[in-house]
Amino acid sequence: MALLTGSGNAMPRSTQRSDRPRLARLRRNELLVALAFISPWIVGFCWFQLYPIFASIRYSFTSYNMMQPPVWIGLSNYETLFTGDPLFRKALLNTAIYTLFSVPLDLFVAFCFALLLNMQIPGRAFFRTAFYFPAIIPSVATAILWTMLLNAQGGLLNVALGYIGIGPIAWLTSPSWTMPSLILLSVWGIGPTVVIFLAGLQDVPRDLYEAAQLDGAGPLRLVRDVTIPMISPVILFNLVIGMIAALQVFAQPFIIFGQSTTGVGGNGGPLNSVLMYSVQLYNVAFVQFQMGYAAAMAWILFVIIFALSLLSMRLLTRYVHYE
Amino acid sequence: MRDIAELSAPDTGLAVPPGSTAAGAHRRRLAGRVAAFLIVLAWAVLFIFPVYWMAVTSLKDVSEVFHLPPVWWPAELKWSNYSEALSLFPFVDYAINTLKITVPVTIGTTISSSLVAYGFARLRWPGRDLVFYLVLATLMIPSWVTLVPLYILFNHINWIDTYKPLVVPSFFGDPFSIFLLRQFFLRQPQDLVDAARVDGASHFRVYTQIILPLARPALAVVALFAFIASWTDFFGPLIYLTNENKYTLQLGLFNFFAQHFVNWPGFMAASLVVLAPMALLFFLTQRTFIEGITFTGLRG
Repeated sequence: MALLTGSGNAMPRSTQRSDRPRLARLRRNELLVALAFISPWIVGFCWFQLYPIFASIRYSFTSYNMMQPPVWIGLSNYETLFTGDPLFRKALLNTAIYTLFSVPLDLFVAFCFALLLNMQIPGRAFFRTAFYFPAIIPSVATAILWTMLLNAQGGLLNVALGYIGIGPIAWLTSPSWTMPSLILLSVWGIGPTVVIFLAGLQDVPRDLYEAAQLDGAGPLRLVRDVTIPMISPVILFNLVIGMIAALQVFAQPFIIFGQSTTGVGGNGGPLNSVLMYSVQLYNVAFVQFQMGYAAAMAWILFVIIFALSLLSMRLLTRYVHYE
Repeated sequence: MRDIAELSAPDTGLAVPPGSTAAGAHRRRLAGRVAAFLIVLAWAVLFIFPVYWMAVTSLKDVSEVFHLPPVWWPAELKWSNYSEALSLFPFVDYAINTLKITVPVTIGTTISSSLVAYGFARLRWPGRDLVFYLVLATLMIPSWVTLVPLYILFNHINWIDTYKPLVVPSFFGDPFSIFLLRQFFLRQPQDLVDAARVDGASHFRVYTQIILPLARPALAVVALFAFIASWTDFFGPLIYLTNENKYTLQLGLFNFFAQHFVNWPGFMAASLVVLAPMALLFFLTQRTFIEGITFTGLRG
């Protein structure tokens, strides 16, 4: 029974046993309403995630070229991948090298830029825009531009190197220089990383620096012992995100090195020196139409990404300082 | 969301060893700032120079492209490069095709993600947080895993070479947008919602008439990112579109590059034309853009 005040309003009271059915109904009602709100996601999840995940496991045990029905071949795809497919191994190796070099390099450069931008220099907004702009250029345009810039004769990069006495490098045609060219290109796109680092830097309380300076810390020690620990969550975030992206890099290698004389397809560059995992997957799935084999490759990629993400988060959480 | 450029930053670079003079410290600090400014300036120029080179090359004669010594400014501005390129690269058709995909995707993503986010933010139900982690977990799945079966499925229902595989999925919520919007919804004051509910408003009315209008900045970020992701998508159109008439800008540009005899001024002209809408959008929405990126990184 509600207590009535003189004005006739009901005062809230504690719940009683007789309220339980009504409460249960209200809670169930809230559940139904919530389900209604998230129903788009539920349908989408079942259709575009759940079903494909299970289907691709099944497909990976088959041989399927889309013309004839799938043929069950058990673990044969995986066997071939691990023992009899040099392109798969090359793609794995290339992708590993690319990730291993580009991710730390990009993080380091982005961090340095963010540190510099964080100092009180005029025109910070302009510089931030300058660093960010290349990242918004659509990847097709970037790839075309850099194919021109990396040209061995007269390409802008070699011209610039020529001014400091370094001979023309065959970026696009020498197997030893194709991978460095892609890694270099990845640095051009660090704009978003710089912005995220900059935001993290701005969150570091000023008194920490002042206290450290009073204790006699120089600029390098400040960075090492104050800045880096304080933004370590941001570093970890950028590291994991960067790693996942690098492992699946596709557009630049595909467009810059992908032009074979027989038509459009994922070439790997000279001696397949820049054949990336995603490019090879594309070849297997959409040039050769070996869907079962492609599904197996996709699953191996998934396991690798999952394991590496888990590993890096486990290993590095020790170094990450949370407030 | 703060505007980064306007915040005063702590001095990370310069320390004052105890015992030195104030004037000496000030000079050191100034020297440090000048050095930082020069370094940043140099790198900014390096970063932007390729874009300048792209623009300048688009107006060069073919003979000037790889000419040594390099041609910093063409002898004559060949604007005809653009008309030639555009006669081979149907920009307007491709742009319209791209819009046919991008506009529905932007609308679909924004509406569906905000509905779903509301369900996770302002309603209490058993298992809510678990399911939300599931939503986030789907971000970890590389697209290749789902791609192969989806392609096969789409082929069975004759969706290949249509825009449907590119548009339809966006109407079912995007995990990243859901995450962003949920964060935003969670910060809305509970009393507004309570007041409306006590007055008998259904959750849907609360959603449309209270939460949504307050969420405009977050919705803007979601819409902007969805638009950009769709507009610049190369891979999706690459695998799903086979008829040249249906090509989007990115795919069309790639095709132009891959199938025509090497013509760098023409390629640069076409690339610039494809790049221009993105550049324009970026400059018009810079604040929203940067805030969105920042939000990702800080809450991620």
